[in-house]
Amino acid sequence: MDILSNLALGFSVALTPTTLFLAIVGCFLGTIIGALPGLGPSNGVALLIPISFSLGLDAMSALVLLTSVYYGCMYGGRISSILLNIPGDEPAMMTTLDGYPMAKQGRAGDALVISAVASFVGAFLATAGLALMAPLLAGVAYKFGPSEYFALYMLAFCTLGGIGSNNQAKAAMAAALGLALSMVGLDQTTGMPRFTFGNMHLLDGIDFLVAIVGLFAVSEVFFFIESHGKDSAIGVKLGKLTIPWKDLMATRWTMIRGTIIGFIAGVLPGAGASLGSFLAYVGEKSIAKDKDTFGKGNPRGVAAPEAGNNAAAGGALVPMLTLGVPGSGTTAVLLALLLTLNITPGPLLFTERPEIVWGLIASLFIGNIVLLIMNIPMVRIFVYILSVPGYILLPGITMIAFVGIFSLTGSSFDMLMMVGFGVLGYVLRKLDIPTVPVILGILLGNHMEDSLRRAMVLSDGDWTYLFNSGISIGLWTAAVLGFLAPMFLRHFLKKPDVPAYTAEHMADHIADKD
Amino acid sequence: MRGDRIFGLVMIFAALGYILSAAGIETSFLSDPIGPRVFPYIIGGVVLVSAIAMLLQPDPDAEWPGTVMLAKLALTLAVLILYAMSVRPLGFILPTIVAAGVLSFQISPRPVPAVMTGVGLGVGLFFVFKYALGLGLIALPRALFG
Repeated sequence: MDILSNLALGFSVALTPTTLFLAIVGCFLGTIIGALPGLGPSNGVALLIPISFSLGLDAMSALVLLTSVYYGCMYGGRISSILLNIPGDEPAMMTTLDGYPMAKQGRAGDALVISAVASFVGAFLATAGLALMAPLLAGVAYKFGPSEYFALYMLAFCTLGGIGSNNQAKAAMAAALGLALSMVGLDQTTGMPRFTFGNMHLLDGIDFLVAIVGLFAVSEVFFFIESHGKDSAIGVKLGKLTIPWKDLMATRWTMIRGTIIGFIAGVLPGAGASLGSFLAYVGEKSIAKDKDTFGKGNPRGVAAPEAGNNAAAGGALVPMLTLGVPGSGTTAVLLALLLTLNITPGPLLFTERPEIVWGLIASLFIGNIVLLIMNIPMVRIFVYILSVPGYILLPGITMIAFVGIFSLTGSSFDMLMMVGFGVLGYVLRKLDIPTVPVILGILLGNHMEDSLRRAMVLSDGDWTYLFNSGISIGLWTAAVLGFLAPMFLRHFLKKPDVPAYTAEHMADHIADKD
Repeated sequence: MRGDRIFGLVMIFAALGYILSAAGIETSFLSDPIGPRVFPYIIGGVVLVSAIAMLLQPDPDAEWPGTVMLAKLALTLAVLILYAMSVRPLGFILPTIVAAGVLSFQISPRPVPAVMTGVGLGVGLFFVFKYALGLGLIALPRALFG
C-alpha cells in the first residue's frame, strides 16, 4: 500500500489552487500547441521553459505547467489530423489515416470524441503504469555505478539514433555532434577551459535551452518559409457534437490494446510516441477482421493510434524520471527542464524528493481529467484557433522564441547562437540527420564523461571495468542490438501498406521530435 | 548525394580540428586517470568515422531550395541576426515590428496584412510579456532616455 500513501502525498502537493490553475493553463496551451501544425510538443515545451523561468515559478509549479503542456500536445495533435488531414504533430500522423475520412463523411465530431476518449484511456492508464513501474525501476537503478550509467547513456544514444534514423552513420554523427558541443566550457574536474577559443561567453558552456529552441523552433521558421506555408489546407466543417456511445463501446478493447503497445514503446529508450501510435495502428489493423475499412474512416483506426501515442507519452516518462535518460525528443526537453531546476532525475529523486515525483504523477492524473473536459465540450475553441493564418502565427512563434531566450539570459550572444542552431537544425534536417540525438548529446555529454571518468578513477584506468557487471554487459548488448538491429528490421517496419505518403514519411516522423 | 558528401567533408575537417584542439587542453596535476582530453578524443573519433561513412555512402539528396528561395532564406537569416543584435540597444517594440513584418511578408507577400501583423505582434507581445507575464522588457531605444 506504499503506492497509495505516495499518491496521497502527490495529490496533497498537486491539489493546491496554484498548481491546479497551472495545470489548466498548461493543458490549454498544450492542446493549442499540439493542434497547430508545425509546432509540436518539443517545440512547445522548449519555447515555454525560458518563459516559465522568467516568471520565477518554483520547481514544482514549472514541472506541473510543462508536463501539462506535454500531455496537452498529445491530445491536441489529433484535432488538425482529423479536420485538416495535417498531423498537428508527428505522433498524430497515424490519426489522419482514418480520422480525416471520417470527417469527410460528416463524422468529424464523432472522430474527435472517440479520439479524445482514446487519448484519455491511453494517457490515464499509462500514468497509472508510470506510478507502478517507476518505483520498481528506481529500485533497480540503485545498483547502478558509474560504469552502468556509462553503458546506459550508450544505450540511449544507440537506440534513439538507431531506431530514429534511416542511416546509422547519420545517427552516430548526430549524437557525437551533440556530445562534442557539450564539451565546450570549463572542465568539471580540473576547471580548465575546453573549446572556448578565448570567448568569455563560452566559459559556462552552451546553454541547452538555446540549442533546443534553435534546433527545433528556429529551424522550423526556415522550413515554413521554404514551404510557402502551403500546409494551410482547407478544413472540414465541424458539425453538431454528440457522443457516439456505440462507437465508444465498440472500440473499448482497441483502446486497451493501443495503450499496452504504446506504453511499451514509450518505455523503451528512443522509441517515443510516434512509434507508439504507429505500432498501435498497425497492430490493430493486423488483427482486425475488417481490414479493408481501415483508412476509409474506421473508428478503431482513430482509437488505436490515439491511445497508443498518449500511452507512449506516459511511458516515456518512466526512463526519464528513474534513470535520467529520456526516451524521446520531448522527454529530452523535459529533462533539460529538470536539470535547469537543479533536480537530477534518477533513483535518488524518489527517496530524496518524493513530493516532486508523486506531485508530478498526481498532476498528470488531474491534467488528464482537465484535458478530457477541455477536448470534448470545448473542442470548438481549438478549432477556431486553428484558423489563425500562418503569416501571423509563424512570426509570433519566432518572436516568442527570441523573447524567451532574451529574458532568460539577457544577452545578444545567446540569441545569435540560437539563430546559429536554427541554421544547423535546418541543414541537419535537410540531410536527414536526426536532431534529437544532438539535443540529447548536449544534455547528457557532461554526465556521460563524468561517469566514464569516475569509472576510471575506481578502476585506476582499467577500461575493462566498463564491462565488469551483469547489468552493464546487458546494457552494452542492448545498445549494440538497438543500434544495429534497425538496419535489418527497418525493411519490415516500413512494410505495412499504409498510404504512399505515410510510408515514405514515416521514418522522418519516427526520427523526429515527439 | 552531393549534400551528404559536402557535409561529410566539412565534418572531417571539423573533427580533425576538434581533436587537434582537444590535444591543446591544459590539464592540471589534480587530474584523474584519463583527464580532460580522452573523452573529446573519442567523440572526435566518432564524428570522423561517421563523416567518412557519409562521404563513402551518401544517401540520395533531398530537394534543396532554388536560387530564389535561397535568397529568401538568406534574407530571413539576416533579419533574425539583425533582430538578435538590435533588441538590446533599440528596445523590444521597433525591432519586433520590423522583424515580424518582414517574416510575415515572406510567407504571404501582401503588404497591408504584413504591416498589421508586425505592429500587432510588436505592441501586443510587448504588453503580454511586460504586464501579463511581468518580464523585464524595454519598450523603446535606450538612447531616447539618455
